[in-house]
Amino acid sequence: MAAEGHAIDALGQFQLHTVGSFVGASVNFTQANLMMVLAAGVVLAVLHYGARPRAVVPGRLQALAELSYNFIYQMCTDQIGEEGKRFFPLVFALFFFILIGNLVGVWPYAFTFTSHIATTLALAALVMVLTTTVALRLHGWKFFSYFVPSGVPKVLLPLLVPIEILSYLSRLVSLSVRLFANMMAGHVMLEVFGAFIVMLAAAGVFWAPAALSFAVDVALIGFEILVAALQAYVFAVLTCIYLHDAVHLH
Amino acid sequence: MDLASAKQIGAGLAVIGLAGAGVGIGNIFAALVSSIARNPSARDNVFGLAILGFALTEAVALYALVIAFIILFV
Repeated sequence: MAAEGHAIDALGQFQLHTVGSFVGASVNFTQANLMMVLAAGVVLAVLHYGARPRAVVPGRLQALAELSYNFIYQMCTDQIGEEGKRFFPLVFALFFFILIGNLVGVWPYAFTFTSHIATTLALAALVMVLTTTVALRLHGWKFFSYFVPSGVPKVLLPLLVPIEILSYLSRLVSLSVRLFANMMAGHVMLEVFGAFIVMLAAAGVFWAPAALSFAVDVALIGFEILVAALQAYVFAVLTCIYLHDAVHLH
Repeated sequence: MDLASAKQIGAGLAVIGLAGAGVGIGNIFAALVSSIARNPSARDNVFGLAILGFALTEAVALYALVIAFIILFV
Protein backbone atom coordinates (compact mmCIF):
# COMPACT_ATOMS: atom_id res chain seq x y z
CA MET A 1 0.00 0.00 0.00
CA ALA A 2 1.06 3.60 0.08
CA ALA A 3 2.60 3.57 3.55
CA GLU A 4 4.48 0.43 4.46
CA GLY A 5 7.24 0.21 7.03
CA HIS A 6 9.21 3.44 6.89
CA ALA A 7 8.97 4.25 3.20
CA ILE A 8 6.17 5.95 1.30
CA ASP A 9 5.58 4.42 -2.12
CA ALA A 10 4.99 7.66 -4.03
CA LEU A 11 5.57 6.52 -7.63
CA GLY A 12 3.83 3.15 -7.63
CA GLN A 13 0.52 4.78 -8.59
CA PHE A 14 1.89 5.53 -12.09
CA GLN A 15 2.50 1.90 -12.97
CA LEU A 16 0.34 0.70 -15.84
CA HIS A 17 -1.73 -2.50 -15.71
CA THR A 18 -3.87 -3.87 -18.51
CA VAL A 19 -7.63 -3.57 -18.07
CA GLY A 20 -10.44 -5.69 -19.50
CA SER A 21 -9.15 -9.23 -18.69
CA PHE A 22 -7.67 -11.22 -21.58
CA VAL A 23 -9.08 -9.04 -24.37
CA GLY A 24 -7.37 -5.94 -22.99
CA ALA A 25 -4.21 -7.85 -22.11
CA SER A 26 -3.85 -9.12 -25.68
CA VAL A 27 -3.61 -5.57 -27.08
CA ASN A 28 -2.00 -4.07 -23.96
CA PHE A 29 -4.94 -1.78 -23.25
CA THR A 30 -3.99 -0.10 -19.98
CA GLN A 31 -5.83 2.24 -17.62
CA ALA A 32 -4.11 5.15 -19.42
CA ASN A 33 -5.75 4.08 -22.70
CA LEU A 34 -9.09 3.69 -20.93
CA MET A 35 -8.88 7.25 -19.57
CA MET A 36 -7.94 8.59 -23.01
CA VAL A 37 -11.01 6.92 -24.54
CA LEU A 38 -13.12 8.35 -21.69
CA ALA A 39 -11.76 11.88 -22.15
CA ALA A 40 -12.33 11.80 -25.91
CA GLY A 41 -15.82 10.38 -25.36
CA VAL A 42 -16.75 13.13 -22.88
CA VAL A 43 -15.61 15.89 -25.25
CA LEU A 44 -17.43 14.35 -28.21
CA ALA A 45 -20.61 13.82 -26.18
CA VAL A 46 -20.67 17.42 -24.90
CA LEU A 47 -20.15 18.78 -28.41
CA HIS A 48 -22.64 16.44 -30.07
CA TYR A 49 -25.48 16.91 -27.60
CA GLY A 50 -24.60 20.57 -27.13
CA ALA A 51 -24.81 21.41 -30.82
CA ARG A 52 -28.08 19.57 -31.41
CA PRO A 53 -30.69 22.05 -30.02
CA ARG A 54 -30.16 24.94 -32.39
CA ALA A 55 -31.92 27.48 -30.20
CA VAL A 56 -31.21 31.16 -30.70
CA VAL A 57 -31.23 31.60 -26.93
CA PRO A 58 -29.12 28.61 -25.85
CA GLY A 59 -29.87 26.32 -22.95
CA ARG A 60 -27.10 25.25 -20.59
CA LEU A 61 -25.55 22.45 -22.63
CA GLN A 62 -25.68 24.39 -25.88
CA ALA A 63 -24.18 27.41 -24.08
CA LEU A 64 -21.37 25.18 -22.79
CA ALA A 65 -20.56 23.92 -26.28
CA GLU A 66 -20.73 27.42 -27.78
CA LEU A 67 -18.63 28.98 -25.00
CA SER A 68 -15.91 26.36 -25.36
CA TYR A 69 -15.88 26.82 -29.15
CA ASN A 70 -15.68 30.59 -28.81
CA PHE A 71 -12.96 30.49 -26.17
CA ILE A 72 -10.56 28.51 -28.34
CA TYR A 73 -11.57 30.40 -31.52
CA GLN A 74 -10.76 33.73 -29.81
CA MET A 75 -7.45 32.33 -28.58
CA CYS A 76 -6.48 31.15 -32.05
CA THR A 77 -7.41 34.33 -33.90
CA ASP A 78 -5.95 36.62 -31.21
CA GLN A 79 -2.60 34.84 -31.17
CA ILE A 80 -2.13 33.76 -34.79
CA GLY A 81 -4.22 36.33 -36.67
CA GLU A 82 -6.53 35.56 -39.57
CA GLU A 83 -4.70 32.35 -40.54
CA GLY A 84 -5.49 31.01 -37.09
CA LYS A 85 -8.76 29.61 -38.36
CA ARG A 86 -6.93 26.75 -40.09
CA PHE A 87 -5.39 25.57 -36.84
CA PHE A 88 -8.50 25.92 -34.71
CA PRO A 89 -9.54 22.22 -34.81
CA LEU A 90 -6.11 21.07 -33.68
CA VAL A 91 -5.86 23.58 -30.82
CA PHE A 92 -9.43 22.74 -29.77
CA ALA A 93 -8.68 19.01 -29.72
CA LEU A 94 -5.41 19.49 -27.84
CA PHE A 95 -6.90 21.84 -25.23
CA PHE A 96 -9.96 19.76 -24.42
CA PHE A 97 -8.20 16.38 -24.55
CA ILE A 98 -5.60 17.60 -22.05
CA LEU A 99 -8.16 19.48 -19.93
CA ILE A 100 -10.61 16.60 -19.53
CA GLY A 101 -7.74 14.14 -19.13
CA ASN A 102 -6.20 16.20 -16.32
CA LEU A 103 -9.54 16.78 -14.60
CA VAL A 104 -10.71 13.16 -14.76
CA GLY A 105 -7.46 12.10 -13.12
CA VAL A 106 -8.33 14.02 -9.95
CA TRP A 107 -11.21 11.59 -9.33
CA PRO A 108 -10.27 8.87 -6.82
CA TYR A 109 -9.07 5.61 -8.40
CA ALA A 110 -8.98 7.22 -11.87
CA PHE A 111 -5.74 7.68 -13.77
CA THR A 112 -4.16 10.84 -15.22
CA PHE A 113 -2.82 9.83 -18.60
CA THR A 114 -0.81 13.07 -18.89
CA SER A 115 1.29 12.04 -15.90
CA HIS A 116 3.38 9.87 -18.21
CA ILE A 117 6.22 11.53 -20.14
CA ALA A 118 5.44 9.23 -23.10
CA THR A 119 2.00 10.80 -23.59
CA THR A 120 3.08 14.41 -23.13
CA LEU A 121 6.15 13.87 -25.29
CA ALA A 122 3.93 12.55 -28.07
CA LEU A 123 1.64 15.60 -27.82
CA ALA A 124 4.58 18.03 -27.75
CA ALA A 125 6.25 16.23 -30.66
CA LEU A 126 3.00 16.59 -32.63
CA VAL A 127 3.02 20.35 -32.01
CA MET A 128 6.72 20.72 -32.86
CA VAL A 129 6.54 18.69 -36.08
CA LEU A 130 3.43 20.60 -37.11
CA THR A 131 4.89 24.07 -36.49
CA THR A 132 8.15 23.22 -38.28
CA THR A 133 6.28 21.72 -41.23
CA VAL A 134 3.94 24.73 -41.45
CA ALA A 135 6.89 27.13 -41.35
CA LEU A 136 8.82 25.21 -44.01
CA ARG A 137 5.74 24.93 -46.21
CA LEU A 138 4.89 28.63 -45.97
CA HIS A 139 8.40 30.11 -46.14
CA GLY A 140 10.64 27.52 -47.79
CA TRP A 141 14.34 28.06 -47.14
CA LYS A 142 13.60 31.47 -45.65
CA PHE A 143 12.53 29.55 -42.53
CA PHE A 144 16.17 29.58 -41.38
CA SER A 145 16.13 33.36 -41.17
CA TYR A 146 14.06 32.79 -38.03
CA PHE A 147 17.27 31.89 -36.20
CA VAL A 148 18.99 35.13 -37.17
CA PRO A 149 17.29 37.92 -35.19
CA SER A 150 17.21 41.32 -36.86
CA GLY A 151 19.37 44.17 -35.59
CA VAL A 152 22.20 41.97 -34.30
CA PRO A 153 25.86 42.96 -35.04
CA LYS A 154 27.52 40.40 -37.36
CA VAL A 155 30.22 39.67 -34.75
CA LEU A 156 27.72 38.10 -32.36
CA LEU A 157 26.06 35.83 -34.95
CA PRO A 158 28.32 32.71 -34.49
CA LEU A 159 27.37 32.80 -30.81
CA LEU A 160 23.72 33.74 -31.19
CA VAL A 161 22.57 31.40 -33.97
CA PRO A 162 23.45 28.13 -32.14
CA ILE A 163 21.74 29.50 -29.03
CA GLU A 164 18.62 30.31 -31.05
CA ILE A 165 18.62 26.85 -32.65
CA LEU A 166 19.05 25.19 -29.26
CA SER A 167 16.21 27.21 -27.74
CA TYR A 168 13.98 26.23 -30.67
CA LEU A 169 14.76 22.55 -30.14
CA SER A 170 14.29 22.88 -26.38
CA ARG A 171 10.65 23.88 -26.96
CA LEU A 172 9.90 20.15 -27.32
CA VAL A 173 11.46 19.39 -23.95
CA SER A 174 9.89 22.31 -22.12
CA LEU A 175 6.39 21.76 -23.54
CA SER A 176 6.32 18.08 -22.63
CA VAL A 177 8.11 18.26 -19.27
CA ARG A 178 5.96 21.20 -18.06
CA LEU A 179 2.72 19.23 -18.41
CA PHE A 180 4.23 15.93 -17.24
CA ALA A 181 5.96 17.37 -14.16
CA ASN A 182 2.90 19.37 -13.06
CA MET A 183 0.63 16.33 -13.23
CA MET A 184 3.12 13.87 -11.72
CA ALA A 185 4.13 16.21 -8.87
CA GLY A 186 0.48 16.95 -8.06
CA HIS A 187 -0.45 13.30 -7.77
CA VAL A 188 2.71 12.45 -5.82
CA MET A 189 1.77 15.17 -3.31
CA LEU A 190 -1.76 13.76 -3.00
CA GLU A 191 -0.36 10.28 -2.40
CA VAL A 192 2.24 11.47 0.12
CA PHE A 193 -0.31 13.39 2.20
CA GLY A 194 -2.69 10.45 1.99
CA ALA A 195 0.04 8.19 3.34
CA PHE A 196 0.63 10.71 6.13
CA ILE A 197 -3.04 10.39 7.17
CA VAL A 198 -2.69 6.63 7.55
CA MET A 199 0.69 6.78 9.27
CA LEU A 200 -0.32 9.54 11.70
CA ALA A 201 -3.59 7.83 12.62
CA ALA A 202 -1.80 4.55 13.24
CA ALA A 203 1.02 6.10 15.26
CA GLY A 204 -0.74 8.41 17.70
CA VAL A 205 -3.60 8.26 20.22
CA PHE A 206 -5.01 11.67 19.20
CA TRP A 207 -6.84 12.09 15.87
CA ALA A 208 -5.83 15.73 15.32
CA PRO A 209 -2.57 15.24 13.32
CA ALA A 210 -4.30 12.84 10.91
CA ALA A 211 -7.20 15.28 10.52
CA LEU A 212 -4.72 18.06 9.75
CA SER A 213 -3.13 15.99 7.01
CA PHE A 214 -6.62 15.24 5.69
CA ALA A 215 -7.42 18.97 5.53
CA VAL A 216 -4.20 19.63 3.60
CA ASP A 217 -5.10 16.80 1.23
CA VAL A 218 -8.53 18.33 0.56
CA ALA A 219 -6.91 21.72 -0.18
CA LEU A 220 -4.43 19.96 -2.47
CA ILE A 221 -7.27 18.46 -4.50
CA GLY A 222 -8.66 21.96 -5.07
CA PHE A 223 -5.17 23.11 -6.11
CA GLU A 224 -4.85 20.10 -8.40
CA ILE A 225 -8.06 21.05 -10.23
CA LEU A 226 -6.72 24.58 -10.73
CA VAL A 227 -3.40 23.28 -12.02
CA ALA A 228 -5.18 20.86 -14.37
CA ALA A 229 -7.10 23.67 -16.06
CA LEU A 230 -4.10 26.02 -16.04
CA GLN A 231 -1.74 23.51 -17.65
CA ALA A 232 -4.23 22.71 -20.40
CA TYR A 233 -4.62 26.46 -21.09
CA VAL A 234 -0.85 27.01 -21.12
CA PHE A 235 -0.30 24.10 -23.53
CA ALA A 236 -2.92 25.51 -25.90
CA VAL A 237 -1.64 29.10 -25.67
CA LEU A 238 1.96 28.02 -26.29
CA THR A 239 0.82 25.98 -29.29
CA CYS A 240 -0.85 29.13 -30.64
CA ILE A 241 2.30 31.20 -29.97
CA TYR A 242 4.52 28.67 -31.76
CA LEU A 243 2.09 28.63 -34.69
CA HIS A 244 2.22 32.44 -34.77
CA ASP A 245 6.02 32.21 -34.98
CA ALA A 246 5.74 29.63 -37.76
CA VAL A 247 3.22 31.63 -39.78
CA HIS A 248 4.74 35.10 -39.33
CA LEU A 249 8.40 34.08 -38.84
CA HIS A 250 9.29 36.45 -36.04
CA MET B 1 28.14 6.87 2.84
CA ASP B 2 25.64 4.35 1.48
CA LEU B 3 23.50 4.85 -1.58
CA ALA B 4 20.19 5.54 0.19
CA SER B 5 21.63 8.40 2.28
CA ALA B 6 23.37 9.86 -0.75
CA LYS B 7 20.05 9.80 -2.62
CA GLN B 8 18.27 11.65 0.20
CA ILE B 9 21.00 14.30 0.36
CA GLY B 10 21.01 14.69 -3.42
CA ALA B 11 17.24 15.16 -3.53
CA GLY B 12 17.45 17.74 -0.76
CA LEU B 13 20.12 19.68 -2.64
CA ALA B 14 18.17 19.52 -5.88
CA VAL B 15 15.10 21.28 -4.49
CA ILE B 16 17.15 24.31 -3.43
CA GLY B 17 16.59 25.53 -6.99
CA LEU B 18 12.90 26.05 -6.25
CA ALA B 19 13.78 29.19 -4.30
CA GLY B 20 14.58 31.11 -7.50
CA ALA B 21 11.29 30.08 -9.05
CA GLY B 22 9.42 31.28 -5.97
CA VAL B 23 11.05 34.71 -6.28
CA GLY B 24 10.16 34.81 -9.97
CA ILE B 25 6.50 33.97 -9.41
CA GLY B 26 6.29 36.61 -6.70
CA ASN B 27 7.74 39.13 -9.17
CA ILE B 28 5.12 38.32 -11.79
CA PHE B 29 2.18 38.81 -9.47
CA ALA B 30 3.71 41.92 -7.87
CA ALA B 31 3.89 43.44 -11.36
CA LEU B 32 0.32 42.29 -12.05
CA VAL B 33 -1.07 43.85 -8.87
CA SER B 34 0.73 47.15 -9.36
CA SER B 35 -0.29 47.37 -13.03
CA ILE B 36 -3.96 46.73 -12.18
CA ALA B 37 -3.71 49.26 -9.34
CA ARG B 38 -2.44 51.89 -11.76
CA ASN B 39 -4.97 51.11 -14.47
CA PRO B 40 -7.91 48.94 -13.38
CA SER B 41 -9.35 48.77 -16.91
CA ALA B 42 -6.26 46.89 -18.13
CA ARG B 43 -7.21 43.89 -16.04
CA ASP B 44 -8.53 41.73 -18.86
CA ASN B 45 -5.50 42.38 -21.05
CA VAL B 46 -2.86 41.76 -18.42
CA PHE B 47 -4.38 38.83 -16.53
CA GLY B 48 -3.95 36.31 -19.34
CA LEU B 49 -0.29 37.29 -19.76
CA ALA B 50 0.25 36.96 -16.00
CA ILE B 51 -1.20 33.44 -15.97
CA LEU B 52 0.98 32.47 -18.94
CA GLY B 53 4.07 33.91 -17.24
CA PHE B 54 3.22 32.13 -14.02
CA ALA B 55 2.90 28.78 -15.76
CA LEU B 56 6.19 29.22 -17.62
CA THR B 57 8.05 30.13 -14.41
CA GLU B 58 6.45 27.28 -12.50
CA ALA B 59 7.67 24.93 -15.21
CA VAL B 60 11.28 25.76 -14.30
CA ALA B 61 10.50 24.99 -10.66
CA LEU B 62 9.08 21.65 -11.70
CA TYR B 63 12.16 20.78 -13.75
CA ALA B 64 14.13 20.98 -10.49
CA LEU B 65 11.49 18.86 -8.75
CA VAL B 66 11.66 16.22 -11.48
CA ILE B 67 15.44 15.99 -11.06
CA ALA B 68 14.90 15.56 -7.31
CA PHE B 69 12.39 12.74 -7.94
CA ILE B 70 14.76 11.07 -10.40
CA ILE B 71 17.61 11.19 -7.89
CA LEU B 72 15.38 9.89 -5.12
CA PHE B 73 13.44 7.15 -6.86
CA VAL B 74 15.36 6.07 -9.97
